[in-house]
Amino acid sequence: MMHSRSLLAGIVAITLALGALPAHAVLPDEVMADPAKEARARDLSRELRCMVCQNQSIDDSEAPLARDLRLLVRERIAAGDNDRQVIDFLVARYGEFVLLKPRVNEHTLLLWLTPPLVLLLGGFALWRFGRRKGTPADGEAGSAPALTAEEQARLERLLAVDSAPEQRG
Amino acid sequence: MIAESGHYALVLALGLALIQSVVPLLGARWRDAALMNVARSTALAQLLFVAASFAALVTLHVTSDFSVLNVYENSHSLKPLLYKITGVWGNHEGSMLLWVSILALFGGLVAAFGNNLPLSLRAHVLAVQAWVASAFYLFILITSNPFLRIANPPLEGRDLNPVLQDIGLAVHPPMLYLGYVGFSISFSFAVAALLEGRIDAAWARWVRPWTLVAWIFLTLGIAMGSYWAYYELGWGGWWFWDPVENASLMPWLAGTALLHSALVMEKRNALKVWTVLLAILTFSLSLLGTFLVRSGVLTSVHAFATDPTRGVFILLILCVFIGGSLSLYAWRASALKQGGLFAPISREGALVLNNLLLTTACATVFIGTLYPLALEVLTGEKISVGAPFFNFTFAPLFVPLLIAVPFGPLLAWKRGDLLGAAQRLLAAGIAALLAIALVLAWTYGGATLAPVAIGLAVFVIVGALCDLAERIALFRVPLPISLRRARGLPRATWGTVFAHAGLGVALIGIVCETTWNSEYIGAMKPDDVARVAGYELKLDGLTQRQGPNFREMLAQFTVSRDGEKVSVMTPSKRNFTTRGAATTEAALLTRGASQLYISLGDASADGAIAVRIYHKPLVLLIWWGPVLMAFGGVLSLSDRRLRVGAPKPAKASSRALQAAE
Repeated sequence: MMHSRSLLAGIVAITLALGALPAHAVLPDEVMADPAKEARARDLSRELRCMVCQNQSIDDSEAPLARDLRLLVRERIAAGDNDRQVIDFLVARYGEFVLLKPRVNEHTLLLWLTPPLVLLLGGFALWRFGRRKGTPADGEAGSAPALTAEEQARLERLLAVDSAPEQRG
Repeated sequence: MIAESGHYALVLALGLALIQSVVPLLGARWRDAALMNVARSTALAQLLFVAASFAALVTLHVTSDFSVLNVYENSHSLKPLLYKITGVWGNHEGSMLLWVSILALFGGLVAAFGNNLPLSLRAHVLAVQAWVASAFYLFILITSNPFLRIANPPLEGRDLNPVLQDIGLAVHPPMLYLGYVGFSISFSFAVAALLEGRIDAAWARWVRPWTLVAWIFLTLGIAMGSYWAYYELGWGGWWFWDPVENASLMPWLAGTALLHSALVMEKRNALKVWTVLLAILTFSLSLLGTFLVRSGVLTSVHAFATDPTRGVFILLILCVFIGGSLSLYAWRASALKQGGLFAPISREGALVLNNLLLTTACATVFIGTLYPLALEVLTGEKISVGAPFFNFTFAPLFVPLLIAVPFGPLLAWKRGDLLGAAQRLLAAGIAALLAIALVLAWTYGGATLAPVAIGLAVFVIVGALCDLAERIALFRVPLPISLRRARGLPRATWGTVFAHAGLGVALIGIVCETTWNSEYIGAMKPDDVARVAGYELKLDGLTQRQGPNFREMLAQFTVSRDGEKVSVMTPSKRNFTTRGAATTEAALLTRGASQLYISLGDASADGAIAVRIYHKPLVLLIWWGPVLMAFGGVLSLSDRRLRVGAPKPAKASSRALQAAE
């Protein structure tokens, strides 16, 4: 398997990003003559997944498929497509899987909503918690746990040991 | 013989762990000191046996005993000694053995240095530690035994994956595991507190150093892994939001939050219930990481389904420990009394905000990593969640976090004065604005967001220094007095300054590398010159060389700037004969904190070779930042106040205690 990765997957993040072949993503012969168009192609490439790789963008991947996709992106740009049209073209051909940042739809709603929801719910919980705490029912002295007799004795011994050298010094 | 001894030692360690799982708990229940003390001896003996088992596997690898399957599959007689040793954990079975060895090491450390813990707390902690250990010994013995023999031993091994034949493998996994597994101690303390139904500020004081140790190692481990990826992969990327990286980032985010909430608990006896939950979550995320990585579920959901033994076993461990501890939490947390009131604007309030943002960041990584897996299992639909998603969601979380960082240490406990803190941060604000203006002027017409990010980083760094200046009353009293005050500051305060400044330093590196990175991609022939960021790189020629277990092609570049020779760089490509695999060895030239980076591609028939040259401005700051953070952690750990009751000063008292017991 050419793209079999990661014997060590877990501990070694690196392996995952590497295939059996050396990595050298964009090749000299792919680069577009117009630097502005090439820059657009690079930016788009970073958003697109090399589908036979593990979590690599086509910009990073050395796989032949990634090269084909890079050339395809450049072809569409050369044909005058705007960024959106290029993306739509690739999604129509390869499905949503090709996008490293999924679009919001009914399947990905939960994914996109989780971070703001966690933040809002957490903030709300803190606000409630803060208000409840504001009531004077729970005094501070009352919340300190009482020491058991055993612990009290131990504390005294510790204090005695701690203060002994200080007295000498 | 050695293999069988190693195997047997592991079985004995399991036996000891099982005893340690039960006997101390009974002791605690019956208030029998002798039974509770069993935990100490078994934990130390367990460490001894696991160490023996690990040493056995190392010996087998070093002596190239190919009658052992694990050695045959991952070693080669010609492999350099260093890689024979590191190859021990460069595979599934060996890395799991390293995992349990480190778990036993932490258990042993608690046993050896926990003389000051209340006897029943120590018994509970070590028993919980032994539950985890037993589960993983069973996992290794049943599904991943590294000591299996081959009936007809082959003459030569299959060699280690060439990518792993690097010094990085010697450092990165052990560091990462010391971090990952180190959080098991906070977990055990949390579960022990729930079992005992009792938790106080002293508990936090015991937990914090252990959490700090784990956090320091995890920080360094992640940074080290990132740098390794950077120089080994050959395209200069240093963070890929790969599920495997995310698996280590989640415990780091949760662990960072835990470190801060434990501080509130220690100083103010507040946030107890939350701290216990975080301690459980942090180690649960470590376990989740182990599952993600070890089960093969990441490679493909289908690969997991075709050979599910290992995956299902770890999933089971995961469910039992996470489910069990969270149920225990739900059941017992109400027994833990809350204490310590504070106003929203206070040191506690700032630390709570820190926790909210870090936890949300952690939840983001969690959902982003697991959502595609879950979606595929549930609906069969495949989506990708990669770097663009995480970059997009992380920025809004980290901007407020970074703005808040300098305020935290300047606010008083209980009730702080935001306006006063803002006034004291005036210098930081001015420095940030100056930095933004300078960078904007310098890169006129370029990116607009990057200078603002640099300003934020400067704010964090100067803010940390402002805190320091405030504490030593710099410029308000004569300098010698300030210096004396600086010497007198608690080490933990210095630790905070370094750790927070490290955050800003790393941010500068990240912004500079991503925004002002320049690159050259081209096919070069000998005597061709490439120009990148003011440097001229001339390809002098290509040579072949024979290494110990590979052949390599070296390219020599002469680097000059303004006509003056700076240095010579020699990137190479290696072909490993045994596995028929190749690696690129990038050449790096460090200039201050910036680097030139060359990696080679394929040679073509006409004698040209594909070359990628990068200039990465201030890239090293990305890793100096975490190193500063870890250094801050070490300083904090060496604070006298954290060591109160630690081995040295406590000798007399612990002896007195044991006598009393």
